[in-house]
Amino acid sequence: MSITDMTAVQLAEAIRAGRTTAVEATEAVLTRIEAQDKIYNCYVTVDADGALAQAKEAQARIEAGELTGALAGVPVAIKDNMCTEGMLTTCSSKILYNFVPAYTAEAVLNLRKAGAIILGKTNMDEFAMGSTTETSAFGVTRNPWNTDHVPGGSSGGSAAAVAADECFYALGSDTGGSIRQPAAYCGTVGMKPTYGTVSRYGLIAYGSSLDQIGPLTKDVTDCAAVLEAIASHDEKDSTSVAREDTDFTAALIDDVKDMRIGIPNDYFGDGLDGEVKEAVLAAAKALEERGAVVEHFDLSLVEYAIPTYYTIAAAEASSNLERFDGIKYGYRTKDYAGLHNMYKRSRSEGFGEEVKRRIMLGSFVLSSGYYDAYYLKALRVKALIKKAFDEAFARYDVILGPVAPATAPKLGESLADPIKMYLGDIYTIAVNLAGLPGISLPCGTDRNGLPIGLQLIGDCFQEKKLIRTAYTYEKIRGAFPKTAKEVG
Amino acid sequence: MANIISDETIEYVGILAKLELSDAEKEQAKSDMGKMLDYIDKLGELDTEGVEPMSHVFPVQNVFREDTVTNGDTREELLANAPEQKDGMFVVPKTFA
Repeated sequence: MSITDMTAVQLAEAIRAGRTTAVEATEAVLTRIEAQDKIYNCYVTVDADGALAQAKEAQARIEAGELTGALAGVPVAIKDNMCTEGMLTTCSSKILYNFVPAYTAEAVLNLRKAGAIILGKTNMDEFAMGSTTETSAFGVTRNPWNTDHVPGGSSGGSAAAVAADECFYALGSDTGGSIRQPAAYCGTVGMKPTYGTVSRYGLIAYGSSLDQIGPLTKDVTDCAAVLEAIASHDEKDSTSVAREDTDFTAALIDDVKDMRIGIPNDYFGDGLDGEVKEAVLAAAKALEERGAVVEHFDLSLVEYAIPTYYTIAAAEASSNLERFDGIKYGYRTKDYAGLHNMYKRSRSEGFGEEVKRRIMLGSFVLSSGYYDAYYLKALRVKALIKKAFDEAFARYDVILGPVAPATAPKLGESLADPIKMYLGDIYTIAVNLAGLPGISLPCGTDRNGLPIGLQLIGDCFQEKKLIRTAYTYEKIRGAFPKTAKEVG
Repeated sequence: MANIISDETIEYVGILAKLELSDAEKEQAKSDMGKMLDYIDKLGELDTEGVEPMSHVFPVQNVFREDTVTNGDTREELLANAPEQKDGMFVVPKTFA
């Protein structure tokens, strides 16, 4: 087994046992990036020298017995919307093409404290707005399973980097499915924690009431270990929640006896691909055979989640992205007449099409005369959606369904029809509106050999039930095949 | 009930959004926004009478802390990102004629 095949937890164990070193692992993964990333384009920035320096320091501290955690010495990739002091942070946008933050996001700092080696920053849909990583200003990322297909998005670079062994794990962010959907498309594990579990300090905001940072990993064990490392109560994020139960690795238990699993009928209607449906229901059956109580039920309101989401997310985006004005950082147009014209031109030239579309929509739904009819209406429907989940979780521990209606689409097929692309978020988006945790893990491949994702959704603060169910399923399923072939 | 976005509306939204659109972009934006609003109008099917708008999923109060400085001076690092700076300040175009 090559060193880059190891999971994060396996690598940390091997380093502790002296079978390898953080430096060796970092060199191996950098060699792989060098050989492959011309094809996949997972990274916007690779900091080879910085990573090697961090690895040397971590190795010394591990040997001195100062660093003992489950992820000590393991190289990680960070989505390019999390600030990293001294390292370019672009949000895959032209408007931030040269932005070097003066501070580091809290979640990344937590990883650094745990002895992580930051390899670099991964590609994404511009400002996390998209489902394919095709709206990046720095080129598309290709799916390592089949380079004619997208890796999903918006955390497509992170998911692809994990799948291609160009890191041992990655951080992503999830506003409407942006961790879970690319994880599904790339055959990796991805988790969006309960809102407030991971600090958003230093995460460049898209939809602040929906955004949450989470792990993309090779298996469920790594997912629990990474979530345990990044979860923290942070005074710098006023929506951060003080939780006592963040020992998520304690939930790595191979047992689902009496776990009540609900399957929403509304997630298996028109528009769901037959092979995806079959694989997801087979996973449910396997859990039932292990003692889980599996029932079908009507969740309701599923079709209202997407219009609610796009209203709220666009409104928040239009406000959050006002800060990009060509004055404090980033791109400024060369040619302008006066202050306001400078703002307008810098923004119009700096933002891509999808970002402008959402800023315009958001400005409209918040404008006087339309605020009640659109924005407040959406917030009312959000309350109804939350209530529907509350009722479901009175009866079930876990809701089980697909992550996306189909496997990864081909490159170039999605952006022409935005609404059709938005519909692909139907199973992930309500989770963000209701602040719930959700995990995505591979449960099969389709006829073209592309991975299929299984989604488990829990009530707020019930990540442990998700981890336990996912871990048990992973044991039943066995090792998931690696991406097709070695490249380079 | 198709939403028709007028030229005036797009002009107004352009001002709010601080975006300058070409004529072709304006036409595209009118069409895109109309389609999105048609889609969002689906929410009108739901009776939300008496439902409180939910901005936050958890009951949250204001979060207070002591106003004490904990970070160091990063003025130089912050200014280094500015497109134009002078004497420790951001340079902006002339705002008064």
